[in-house]
Amino acid sequence: MTLTRKSASAPRGASRLARAVSAAAPRTMDRRTFLKRSGMTAGAGAFASALPFSMVERARAADAPAAGGKVEIKRTICTHCSVGCAIDAEVMNGVWVGQEPVFDSPINMGAHCAKGASIREHGHGEHRLRYPMKLVDGKWVRMSWDDALTELSARLLKLREESGPDSVYWIGSSKHSNEQAYLMRKFVSMWGTNNCDHQARICHSTTVAGVANTWGYGAMTNSYNDMQNSKAILFMGSNAAEAHPVSLLHILHAKENGAKIVVADPRFTRTAAKADHFVRIRSGSDIAILYGVMRHIFENGWEDKQYIEDRVYGMDKIRDEAMKWTPEKVEEVSGVPDDQVKLIAETMAKNKPSTVVWCMGQTQHTTGNAIVRMMCNLQLALGNVGVSGGGTNIFRGHDNVQGATDVGPNPDSLPGYYGIATGSWKHWANVWGVDYEWLKGRFASQALMEKSGITVSRWIDGVTEKNEFIDQDPNLRAVVFWGHAPNSQTRGKDMLEAMKALDTLVVIDPYPSATAAMAASGRKDGVYLLPAATQFECEGSCTASNRSIQWREKVIEPLWESKPDHTIMYLFAQKFGFADEFTKNVKVTNNEPDIADVLREINRGTWTIGYSGQSPERLKAHMRNMQVFDPKTLRAKGGIDKETGYQLDGEYFGLPWPCYGTPEMKHPGTPNLYDTSKHVMDGGGNFRANFGVEKDGVSLLANDGSASKGADLQFGYPEFDHVLLKKLGWWDELTDDEKKKAEGKNWKTDSSGGIIRVAMKEHGCHPFGNAKARAVVWNFPDSVPLHREPLFSPRADLVAKYPTHDDKKAFWRLPTLYKSVQDQFANVGKDYPLIMTSGRLVEYEGGGDETRSNPWLAELQQDMFVEINPRAANDRGIRDKDMVWVKSPTGAQIKVMAMVTERVGADTVFLPFHFAGHWMGKDLIDSYPEGAAPVVRGEAVNTATTYGYDSVTMMQETKTTVCQIVKA
Amino acid sequence: MARMKFICDAERCIECNGCVTACKNEHEVPWGVNRRRVVTINDGVPGERSMSVACMHCSDAPCMAVCPVDCFYRTDEGVVLHDKDLCIGCGYCFYACPFGAPQFPQAGAFGLRGKMDKCTFCAGGPEKNASEDEFRKYGRNRLAEGKLPLCAEVCSTKALLGGDADVLADIYRQRVTTRGKGADIWGWSTAYGKPDAPAQQPDAGGKS
Repeated sequence: MTLTRKSASAPRGASRLARAVSAAAPRTMDRRTFLKRSGMTAGAGAFASALPFSMVERARAADAPAAGGKVEIKRTICTHCSVGCAIDAEVMNGVWVGQEPVFDSPINMGAHCAKGASIREHGHGEHRLRYPMKLVDGKWVRMSWDDALTELSARLLKLREESGPDSVYWIGSSKHSNEQAYLMRKFVSMWGTNNCDHQARICHSTTVAGVANTWGYGAMTNSYNDMQNSKAILFMGSNAAEAHPVSLLHILHAKENGAKIVVADPRFTRTAAKADHFVRIRSGSDIAILYGVMRHIFENGWEDKQYIEDRVYGMDKIRDEAMKWTPEKVEEVSGVPDDQVKLIAETMAKNKPSTVVWCMGQTQHTTGNAIVRMMCNLQLALGNVGVSGGGTNIFRGHDNVQGATDVGPNPDSLPGYYGIATGSWKHWANVWGVDYEWLKGRFASQALMEKSGITVSRWIDGVTEKNEFIDQDPNLRAVVFWGHAPNSQTRGKDMLEAMKALDTLVVIDPYPSATAAMAASGRKDGVYLLPAATQFECEGSCTASNRSIQWREKVIEPLWESKPDHTIMYLFAQKFGFADEFTKNVKVTNNEPDIADVLREINRGTWTIGYSGQSPERLKAHMRNMQVFDPKTLRAKGGIDKETGYQLDGEYFGLPWPCYGTPEMKHPGTPNLYDTSKHVMDGGGNFRANFGVEKDGVSLLANDGSASKGADLQFGYPEFDHVLLKKLGWWDELTDDEKKKAEGKNWKTDSSGGIIRVAMKEHGCHPFGNAKARAVVWNFPDSVPLHREPLFSPRADLVAKYPTHDDKKAFWRLPTLYKSVQDQFANVGKDYPLIMTSGRLVEYEGGGDETRSNPWLAELQQDMFVEINPRAANDRGIRDKDMVWVKSPTGAQIKVMAMVTERVGADTVFLPFHFAGHWMGKDLIDSYPEGAAPVVRGEAVNTATTYGYDSVTMMQETKTTVCQIVKA
Repeated sequence: MARMKFICDAERCIECNGCVTACKNEHEVPWGVNRRRVVTINDGVPGERSMSVACMHCSDAPCMAVCPVDCFYRTDEGVVLHDKDLCIGCGYCFYACPFGAPQFPQAGAFGLRGKMDKCTFCAGGPEKNASEDEFRKYGRNRLAEGKLPLCAEVCSTKALLGGDADVLADIYRQRVTTRGKGADIWGWSTAYGKPDAPAQQPDAGGKS
């Protein structure tokens, strides 16, 4: 007999289902019904008793009678990638007891991948670093915060005294909030150095430099959402299905509506499994293929001639180079036959608007800056930039890597890409309310103050390079890992030696991280660990890849003895004697700088990229009213914030930067960059005039008639400053107060925002001018992108034909080798015939210390592995699941499990890069503080990676190197 | 009365495992027990498809038919549940289930050693709705809170849908209409023929 029970006592959520899958459909759901049905009908009491038991016990045990078991909802954003998925955290008595999808978020509509769906584990934190520790005689010993701060600051100050401020290297984090990342740059500046960096260097630095130099800003031009409007999508060097899974929500929607998807990759990725066409390429041959594609476009007249004429400089030179890439040459370099190259060209040209997506598969090469410019050039030739459904959709990595790039610890720039010239420092000294001379006095010299610092990809050489060869006085003597994994950087074998050579090594992180284990495996003392809080334990804003800025509420109090990063910065600033200068405009409570105040300071300084309009009040209103934003356009249709009466109508979700001018000017944010079909006050724009007004007698300004909709100047014009405003007769439209501040200034340095207001609001003009995009970037080593073989190539014949750059003597303060390494290893393919490449898994993020400590994720990927083709495996006597040694020409070797699969071609092997904790065959579990080792450990692929850096940004080469594999 | 079903759209599933960790999270399922898992065929070659699988809450459930102690029951919404107090952990349901849904924890949570554990469609068990006992044995009861299974609610691409079968059918029908096809992984062409060869051909491999 079949029993039945539990007849309907509550509605069964049919509308919730409809809501969940509404994906791109217009929002026709009855919101009230939804709310009524969405949950709390069972009553708070019943709800509370339904909580997960381990956490329920904690929630009950918590000494908070006043809260009375009430469940509070805190809205936050997933910290695991740049998509920016919203999460409603359920908190009872300060314990994080549940998480619910936010169907209202226009970005993710409730969707999560494995990482987002397991985010609540952060509230458990069993594998966290619990208290400050130091290494004493090879053992981890607990310390108090007071002792740790006192002892550590004394050590660092001593180094500063002996060797100057440049002897300490500060590695910041793309997982910091905007405010923390910004404070980090300020903190390092006041310490007196440019020796700071963060994950963007090894993630998209080549994109930022290459793309910004092409047309103005180095960011994703459109958005995940806007890809719903694409008719063709080319993924090259991106495995979005694993790295940005929720982006597929929009991409598959586009596909179901007829968009064609092409994936060009050395590996048949899970993204390829969803594509219409897969083209297997040889790793690192992107430029050759893209020239092949462009040759087809030019030969068939598929380019947008009017667009190129009006808005692009130098396309003829690209065309000349493309014509040299005959089908034979393209195939020789890339292995791709001409019909497939043509297929890419035809798909992109005949299904417009078409867009391109790239990630680290393109950026992490010695030629990364040139590869990404080829992608831009392809889109410029097709007239796809500044178009909804088009653009270059560059998917960033970490949840706030875009924000940390924009306002964080970059060695070559102050917040907002102001650079580090004298004027830049004066601008920021003014914003910070400190004296420029005092700031200058903090540095070893004005020369070093204005010289780009060492990059995170090269800090190891800053330690171990001979002093006479480095372009600063001291070698690095201390390194602070402030939210950064070590195993995401190449040359792990050299890194261990650098760690041994340091005077002091500091880890400030929620997890001890592989840094602690590596250090403890090679040192006896001089290593300190300070527990930092995660982004769920403090508030702040983060910038998604599409430039939308979202505000996180604090979910829980910092776990164990951890402290928020900005509190730790303040405590150090006190010890270093600049706490007052550090927080001149910021309220400080219990040593914690007020995050909203910090954002207001960012607003007052970053006019360049329009981080000036996103006040905390506006961002919070967006977070409270996500339902009014359309998932296809990101734009609010109506909507009034109940709490403040703020009108959301017409604004784009998260005020995607640039959101120009003051918050009061109410710029709506920019959904798609350089879009001339819209008025600048509606998020429209054009290419930036940032490279002068003419080059070799050719005008760089846009042609007549090519300007943003409704602009008073319907032709190309330079950027706005006080002189231009006066010439145009618009000066008197400034208020008297604005005039005082704007006199002698340009739109980027006018602290009143008046120049921007008059240009945009009164005249519909773009403050950064209206110019052509540059297909030729004359200030880069290869102004016209050229294919060059990687330093470690198994193809000696191609090395001879396409050699790399010459060595550089002083580049980001370090000698950097190209030709000499390539020559030395010209025949490396004899002993190391396999191309070694690396990438992501959906379950893990970055270096993986955080996600591998989460048992819900760790269970799904328990072994570090190498993907090897059956052909390559059989020739080596390797069978599936055998343990193998992956041997590098550096002498390093790592022991991993073989996954025999046709996902990779016979000449290529793939390894995920999230693992660490094993070192050349040995488990380092004893080197972690007790109980704080991640659940899953494995060999780091970067233990076995080789030398090689981008010729503009010092991006590391991870995607194309070589190895040999033998059975273990 | 709603008739609860899951459906997984293999044209959309990207094997992100969001459903798997959502389940772990919501019910604090211990290591080693997988109420839901993602199955991939043709891994790494063209034709690769994935599908998220858990208890299918069959209308004529084999587990229910074979259980020697008759611990299974079906709710008014068609959710197949079981009573862990009656379950003897024999594993016969595991023989019967075509989907490998029943799980047998080694120890610890979800009842005593060896009691069977499986997807509850987030509908708990025989204990009082939302009681602590229910949570300890079966996990959270979202249906009683007016919510649907979390795995489906958070699916990254809305491939996995869970809820009233009529509503699911509407959603899926719309997708099939838009795409012009269903999901081949389920044997769509076995049932309806391929577009270029409409006649039905029995396929020995059960897939095409």
